[in-house]
Amino acid sequence: MAANNNSKGFSTNSNTYTIVYAVVMVVIVAFLLAFAHSALGPTQEKNVRLDTKKQILSALNINEFSDAQATFSKNVVKILDNNGAEKGCAVADFDVTGADKNDVIYQCSVDGATKYVIPMNGNGLWGAIWGYIALDENKSTVYGIYFNHASETAGLGAEIVKPAFCNQFKNKNIQRDGVLTSIAVVKKGQAAEGKDYVDGISGGTITSSAVSVMVETSLKKFEGFLTK
Amino acid sequence: MSLSKKNKEAFLNPLTINNPVTVQVLGICSALAVTAQLKPALVMGLAVTVIVAVANVVISLLRKTVPNRIRIIVQLVVVATLVTLVSEVLKAFAYDISVQLSVYVGLIITNCILMGRLEAFAMQNGPFESLLDGIGSGLGYAKILVIVAFFRELLGSGKLLDFNILNYDCIQNAGYQNNGLMLLAPMALIICGCIIWWERAHNKDLQEK
Repeated sequence: MAANNNSKGFSTNSNTYTIVYAVVMVVIVAFLLAFAHSALGPTQEKNVRLDTKKQILSALNINEFSDAQATFSKNVVKILDNNGAEKGCAVADFDVTGADKNDVIYQCSVDGATKYVIPMNGNGLWGAIWGYIALDENKSTVYGIYFNHASETAGLGAEIVKPAFCNQFKNKNIQRDGVLTSIAVVKKGQAAEGKDYVDGISGGTITSSAVSVMVETSLKKFEGFLTK
Repeated sequence: MSLSKKNKEAFLNPLTINNPVTVQVLGICSALAVTAQLKPALVMGLAVTVIVAVANVVISLLRKTVPNRIRIIVQLVVVATLVTLVSEVLKAFAYDISVQLSVYVGLIITNCILMGRLEAFAMQNGPFESLLDGIGSGLGYAKILVIVAFFRELLGSGKLLDFNILNYDCIQNAGYQNNGLMLLAPMALIICGCIIWWERAHNKDLQEK
């Protein structure tokens, strides 16, 4: 490219000009982004909290509601710690995205029946995967399940969020004879010994195994409560 | 308002004889990544169109002041700022869409079409021409993405925009099976190759002597 001399007579190629230009540009951009982030931050956090509540409701098979917040308050009864003791914190005050979000049990009531929702988190192929598993009052039968991911491959690993995958978990048991066995995700056509299993996703093997590991390790954290 | 011949070319050429993906072979990386399904391909195409158009205008306005030695950095900063702003706004006001797009928004920064158009066009032309060129290039990119995603989703999952097209028992029992290979990235490259083949066969100007 030809040297760029503008009409005012100073060179846009001089070192001073280049440095000043870079500094001014960076300052403007930094200010712009910082302003945008702090102006939009509270709205974004509110969205994230609301979305997390929708995810918990989704594990309870509640996907249609006009007001997620109200539906959440109606169905979630208590917050329990990982041994099943009450957390001493009202549902309305609990931050579902807070530091202890993965160490609590949501005791819920769906049409009068008690359900327990347990948060799960793990690592997929490219990034984090997480979910919520809802158990019946017997703490073993899966009532509903929700999975999500940060960056799994679209059409392959990302299929874990689809009903076709999630619905397989329903009515499976995470316990056998009072022992926590979890639910394995196995290759289609194969079986897992001594525990319930579901089919993985063809082409999404690593994500499928990651889900299997995530369900097991996350439930392990609550073993005391589940096998009590 | 009628457009001059030059402006018309700036807008239409990227859609046809100077397509960014099939002729300039730019933006192939994201064309592979987001075309397993039609929906992300559509949203990605739209997002790239908006960002390349705005970035083209900004760079075109700045073009006489940009120091030659750091021009690529300036272009990159403008693109990255725009992408970050779009992503922040989406997160605040259209959270569901931003969740759907997830990594794709970030991928726009690395899209070679942006840098290509900024460097090759916006640095030499006025804001209005640059706007047209940006929209044209974005749509040219979106066009290829949609074509590739159409075939990959239809033949790979038997669906389009998540609507069931081929997954019915009567079709599946007649011996048709979804081709899982279509969902893997290499197939996007092969489909792109087929589109390039088709375009070259129909347009003598694109053939090498």
